[in-house]
Amino acid sequence: MSDVPESYPEDLKYHPEHDWARIEGDEATFGITWYAQDALGEVVFYDPPEVGATVSKDQAYTEVESVKAVSDVFAPLSGEVTAVNDKLGDSPELINSDPYGDGWLVKVKLSDTAELESLLEVGAYKELLSS
Amino acid sequence: MPVQYQGVRAEHECVRTKAGMFDVSHMGEVRTSGPQAEELLQHLLSNDLAKLTDDGAQYSVLCNEEGGVLDDLFTYRLPDGAFLTVTNASNHQRDYEWMAGHAGDFEAEVQDVAPKYAMLAVQGPLARGAVEDVADGALPERMRTATIPVAGQETLVCGTGYTGEDGVELLMAPAHAPAVWDALLAQGVKPAGLGARDTLRLEACFHLYGNDLSLQRNPIEAGLGWICKLDTQFIGSDALRDAEPEQTLVPFVFTGPGIPRQGNPVSTPQGAGEVTSGTLSPCLNTGAGLAYLPKGAAEPGTEIEVDVRGKPRAAVVAQRPLYPPKKES
Repeated sequence: MSDVPESYPEDLKYHPEHDWARIEGDEATFGITWYAQDALGEVVFYDPPEVGATVSKDQAYTEVESVKAVSDVFAPLSGEVTAVNDKLGDSPELINSDPYGDGWLVKVKLSDTAELESLLEVGAYKELLSS
Repeated sequence: MPVQYQGVRAEHECVRTKAGMFDVSHMGEVRTSGPQAEELLQHLLSNDLAKLTDDGAQYSVLCNEEGGVLDDLFTYRLPDGAFLTVTNASNHQRDYEWMAGHAGDFEAEVQDVAPKYAMLAVQGPLARGAVEDVADGALPERMRTATIPVAGQETLVCGTGYTGEDGVELLMAPAHAPAVWDALLAQGVKPAGLGARDTLRLEACFHLYGNDLSLQRNPIEAGLGWICKLDTQFIGSDALRDAEPEQTLVPFVFTGPGIPRQGNPVSTPQGAGEVTSGTLSPCLNTGAGLAYLPKGAAEPGTEIEVDVRGKPRAAVVAQRPLYPPKKES
């Protein structure tokens, strides 16, 4: 239902719950994938976690809501939230229109970079989507 | 009917400002005919059938003996003297069996005619104009009906709807529905889905069966006393006469962030309540819904708190309808 074409950038790591992580050293940016925002429909509300909150890999750390439904968002990696995307307060639809750019959800200081090994490369994630 | 075609917000906006159409063919129809059809329906439906004049439409509820709501429905008096009652899809079979099961004492026939009808709801400020342009004859006024050709096909046109906007509902043979749909599409009427239907009816504070109405609630506490004419002695009227509900259904809006959902607990100064419908109101751009609250907390302006999955959200009891907001007089 999204107007933006389906895409999965090569430089991201993917979690099977349809989250992505952009890794920069021991920091990462999290968001939800094109597939996730498309399944959810128009996002109308995002309630960010607090800066300083701890997120744990594979655990829900926030929710995004469309008009019809609420969906948990899972952390692809563990760490401490260092920034949240304030733009989404007024414009949660950025999650639909730019899921890998302005629609990012949180930035996290990673607590265990070894966890990176469990994430999927783009090829494996696409395989998961088509299976 | 899909949840959405273009997106809930765009479809909602289209119905509020222009015209949208909903394929509500999933709804059921029951035809009641015979010399005592009116007496039978007077016995079953909560409203006063004597007030349902030729070519008229009437809203009512169907109750069980305890006053619990079996369904809420529109009934039309047809040109041939019979009645057509439109049911909610999920209740259709139960409604039909209930109605047919009570027909024995009357000279009346109850038929399940759901397969004979498709139904399109065309709603919005430009809806009547769009239908007029493809119809051969005058459209009925609000709460009236007319049988006229639409897109060349004989159609029962009803001046009803469930969006809070002006418009009509069209009942026709299923084989004719695609031609009517296409003719309206060509007039610029946009398809709208179940998602927008829900947000529109919620802003208008119209009840949804399964959310705001159920066997566990009676129509008085649901705020539908105005369609319960107890003097007509309909099934359930005795129970309703003695009913002293402690709660009542009221609209509310969030004063901060969040979106209420069905089942969220509510705290009020007078005790607990429960959200039965909740969404993000596209027109108000805030969380909004309907909740059963203690009667003492039902006054517009009362501050309440809704527990949305563990997070307390501030809300205030509002006036109905939520949209368009009532003008200060």
